[in-house]
Amino acid sequence: MENNKVEVIVIGAGPAGVSSAITLAKAGKEVLLVERGDNAGDKNMFGGCIYAKQTADIFPRFWENAPVERNITTQKIIMMTDSKSLEIDYNDPSKASYKAFTVTRAKWDNWAAMQAKEAGAYYAPKTFVKELIIENGKVVGIRTELEDFYADIVIIADGVNSVFAKQLGLRKEIKDEDVTLNVKEVIKLSKDIIENRFNLDENEGCGCKFIGGPIKDMLALGFMFTNKDTVTIGFGIGLDELKKHNLKPYELLEEIKEHSAIAKYIKGGESIEYSAHLIPEGGFNSMPKIYDNRVMLVGDAAMMVNNIHMEGTNLAMLSGKLAAETAIFALEKGDFSASTLSLYYKKIKESIIYKDLKTHANTIPFMKKHIKTITSLYPELACEFFDMFTNADGIAKRSKYRKFVSTLLKSGVIIKSLPFALFALEKCIKK
Amino acid sequence: MNINEKLSLLKYNKGNESHLSVDDDVCMRCNEKYCTYICPADVYEWNDKKCTMTIRYENCLECGACKIACEKNNISWCYPNAGFGVKFKNG
Repeated sequence: MENNKVEVIVIGAGPAGVSSAITLAKAGKEVLLVERGDNAGDKNMFGGCIYAKQTADIFPRFWENAPVERNITTQKIIMMTDSKSLEIDYNDPSKASYKAFTVTRAKWDNWAAMQAKEAGAYYAPKTFVKELIIENGKVVGIRTELEDFYADIVIIADGVNSVFAKQLGLRKEIKDEDVTLNVKEVIKLSKDIIENRFNLDENEGCGCKFIGGPIKDMLALGFMFTNKDTVTIGFGIGLDELKKHNLKPYELLEEIKEHSAIAKYIKGGESIEYSAHLIPEGGFNSMPKIYDNRVMLVGDAAMMVNNIHMEGTNLAMLSGKLAAETAIFALEKGDFSASTLSLYYKKIKESIIYKDLKTHANTIPFMKKHIKTITSLYPELACEFFDMFTNADGIAKRSKYRKFVSTLLKSGVIIKSLPFALFALEKCIKK
Repeated sequence: MNINEKLSLLKYNKGNESHLSVDDDVCMRCNEKYCTYICPADVYEWNDKKCTMTIRYENCLECGACKIACEKNNISWCYPNAGFGVKFKNG
């Protein structure tokens, strides 16, 4: 590096930033990757899994040497009422193709950053960027605690709170409804206990989502993931919901852990870590302008999260790659203007990031409107059905059927479900 | 498990300077004080008698929720400097 000048600086060594850095380094470009943590991953937390396909686009056959925990073969959904629950498992134990792996961020992100370093990127962890250096209205570099660095292009991958997207005015202040607060606890259990409780073979893993119970009637989703010898349990909730209901997130987490549907999975385990992080779930309408002269925004900093399908790290990696490809084009052209970098926006628009976020642009407001049906009514009716059908309590079946049908009719579930059918239909046919 | 027990599980490198600050006069006029319960690390506590906000910045998980939730836009928020703050091992 001559005179502290490189071709591209990437701020933040999360999935988006590392993906940019590695793509650039492999193309022979001079890239500096800076990270504020002592190691990449030290400041990160997420629900718990990475998706195999898009990850392998950046790290081919990563499962052979990366620090992955378990290959997810079971997807579990738990619907809870105050005291009962209904659990659905989807199992795909075939080893033909991997879909997702659980990982922990401290190990995974650090490994990924090392791959970027090995590919030839300059990697500077423990580097705090104080501000972007702007000359004549254009970004020309970064000011760290110790020294200044200069580049033709700066890729901003500083995460959900993106200080630098704000410094540039690319992003407005984040609103309560644009983020969810996620808290989680990591619980240590033996490998055998995890495999027994979640019905898994060795190296197989489970990803679980849950609704209702302690988090009913609000836009909140619980999650549980199995690592090798830990289970992570947590939930995400809109900041607006926390404010509306006067809730303390850690108290809600305790209520979840004590619910019978969850407690049986973590019983006897030892809590070894508690963490919290925001996820930018504002979706399509919250996406900022993602490029300008000499600068591009990737990953969470660009609010690229699919909140309905719980995808974020994969979109981050993809956006990082697309920004890097754009940077390579611009470097070869020798032109770093906004008009050249608009290629990045074009690439995003053609990708699943734009398409999927657009598909779900109105889904969260829709779900909010029907949140009681989703998180209270459906779990209650489902549990009531099973209770009615399976309980040999000496009551004549016909009268039980009648009672259940009358409960169904009184609950208005048929009319309340119609909007869902129409909404799903709209998602399929709308362009 | 209460919040203090949860926080005791974490590894921090605590700096001497707070990366968070508020203007107490503005907090005094704030009826909601959302920061005092939405913060996942219970960093903020309002002292009614002294009319001051106690900020236990050393417990901060660096999520950024307080800044966004504050109705008065009264929280001056930044990340701790390199080498400081929380360090997750299993995030």
